[in-house]
Amino acid sequence: MPAEVATKPGAAADRHKHPRVLTAKVGLDGHDRGVKVVSRALRDAGVEVIYAGLRQTPEMVVEAAIQEDVDAIGVSLHSGAHMTLIPRILELLKARDAADIVVFGGGIIPPDDAKELKQLGVVEIFGPGTSLQTIIDFVNKGFKAA
Amino acid sequence: MAIRRKTGYEEWATRYRAGKRAPKEAASTMSGVPVNPLYTPEDLADWSYDRQLGYPGEYPFTRGVYPSMYRGQLWTIRQFAGYGTAEETNRRYKFLLSQGQAGLSVAFDMPTLMGYDSDDPLSRGEVGHCGVAIDSLEDMETLFSGIELDQITTSMTINSPAAILYAMYVAVGEKQGHAPRTLGGTLQNDILKEYIAQKEYIFPPEPSMRLVVDTIVFAAKNMPRWNAVSISGYHIREAGSTAVQELAFTLADGMAYVEASMAAGLDVDDFAPRLSFFFDSHIDFFEEIAKFRAARRLWARIMRDKYGAKDPKSWMLRFHTQTAGVSLTRQQVENNVSRTAYEAMAAVLGGTNSLHTNSMDEVLALPTERAAQIALRTQQVLAHETGVTNTIDPLAGSYFLENLTDEMERGAQRYFDRIEEQGGVLRCIENGFFQREIADAAFEFERKLEANERIIVGVNAYQEGEGAEVPTLRIGPETEQAQVHKLKALKSRRDNTTVINRLQDLKVMARGSDNVMPALLDCVRAYVTEGEIMAAFKEVFGVYREPILF
Repeated sequence: MPAEVATKPGAAADRHKHPRVLTAKVGLDGHDRGVKVVSRALRDAGVEVIYAGLRQTPEMVVEAAIQEDVDAIGVSLHSGAHMTLIPRILELLKARDAADIVVFGGGIIPPDDAKELKQLGVVEIFGPGTSLQTIIDFVNKGFKAA
Repeated sequence: MAIRRKTGYEEWATRYRAGKRAPKEAASTMSGVPVNPLYTPEDLADWSYDRQLGYPGEYPFTRGVYPSMYRGQLWTIRQFAGYGTAEETNRRYKFLLSQGQAGLSVAFDMPTLMGYDSDDPLSRGEVGHCGVAIDSLEDMETLFSGIELDQITTSMTINSPAAILYAMYVAVGEKQGHAPRTLGGTLQNDILKEYIAQKEYIFPPEPSMRLVVDTIVFAAKNMPRWNAVSISGYHIREAGSTAVQELAFTLADGMAYVEASMAAGLDVDDFAPRLSFFFDSHIDFFEEIAKFRAARRLWARIMRDKYGAKDPKSWMLRFHTQTAGVSLTRQQVENNVSRTAYEAMAAVLGGTNSLHTNSMDEVLALPTERAAQIALRTQQVLAHETGVTNTIDPLAGSYFLENLTDEMERGAQRYFDRIEEQGGVLRCIENGFFQREIADAAFEFERKLEANERIIVGVNAYQEGEGAEVPTLRIGPETEQAQVHKLKALKSRRDNTTVINRLQDLKVMARGSDNVMPALLDCVRAYVTEGEIMAAFKEVFGVYREPILF
């Protein structure tokens, strides 16, 4: 764990010299091309990336996010289970008093669902065709929605 | 003659370079194969018609596996479909058959693909979403209700639990009064590419291979019209590989299945004629055509020379093609119709035996009926209006295409050598070789896109903002509730003592080395669920964890 980790949670930029992001495939599908490309691009851009791998449950993701003291969780889903699993992550973060951890996502998520997820507290959904630079800027500039 | 041609080429090259419109520096295919602005007979200097091509239906089958190709019979239009419950998908199948589709292709939902019943906690939110939910023989009976299984062929896209769904299909046939030998179809059942690319593995590689071999043996002995494995490059490509990697890794997997089946005591000619393949057709038109042609030629040589197959049918690489899902864009969704049409044409010019065309909206959700209809019609326009079916392998002899076909073959051969050096396919899975090669290629593709070295219309050129909203198909929570309810009713209605006994028998068979198919058939006939069978297998085989790398 980096030495500069603050004891008190605050704005992402204050907490770590470099943003720390947990990326994960949530749900049962194994389409990991996108999450791997994004993870590598973020890492190359100086972000500390922890890729949790495939078939992570919301419980596993939230536990890992807290353990790893990340600023944000990036989840990727292609199975259609996003409206069940992403809200569950938000709920669990609240229940663990960790709602300051930003949640963003990507994958096959219809526009209407993306809108609904944003209303629930997901900061951004990056659909297919999003440029890597857009995601890098999002992470390096304080996780602000476009 | 040769000298004159050379002079002509040089004169042209001088004019080309000196022209007002300065030519681009270099071009390459998506796989990175350099592409010249012009090809001439000199590019085929050592090339021989008889050695490289031969005639359609003859070794090495570069020009197609059948003498008459599409003149004799059109490719099979086989649209992959499935969503919600078995009832809903059954209705879609009947509609597709009434619209002129010749074969069915079943898409299962994620819980079914991963071997979980619909009432499993891990299935929450996934039931019926990306395919149809099948828990037991009861669902399978509903799925094919009113469709006589000896009248159609069915392709089932499933891998880790493939043997179970195969047993269910055979059992539905029995219930309809059709013996196994009358059933035709294809089981994807390609576990190797799951470890390599799609990641729907469950058990470790060795017991997984044993299940595949058991189905190959069962089909070889009982079901002459059944393809027990569809060796798939599609998922490898969609995961980000190049065309050359797709070709090489797929055929390497094919060789691994051949070797495992021969090691189980089968003669190569007893099963090789029923091995089938499945490729992606991506957007780089000529490279794809070259890939398909090279695949047939390579496989013919491998089967005849490396494995000593005598039956010409063993030399034939028959394949299904799907257009590239990853080439579709969220931006300006309607443009996906034209992408799919070009990709479909490449598949047909490459001599595909069956074809699925993607719907334009699959980048957002499961296709709507309207979008699926356009995708089907795209194939019908290709088949009946464009004239591409009139001449077999019409691009043969093109200096460019033949050169590129040879290049694909050489590229694949280089990979075969590297795989062999590392100790074969299973070792390359365990050491992450395939996964790393694919991740690198996927990243390189994105990098080129970011750097505008590669153009995708609507994505990094000709953007229009967010564009019009498109309707998408939604699967509501009622599907999951209905399926869970149905499963609960089945579990209380069936003879649960028999279920326990059948599962015990299955575990005994799994621990031994005899074929598990008969015990699996007994399980599904007693309405043991997929999840119950998978749990029994997990107890015996264990589960696999992959090395995490990105």
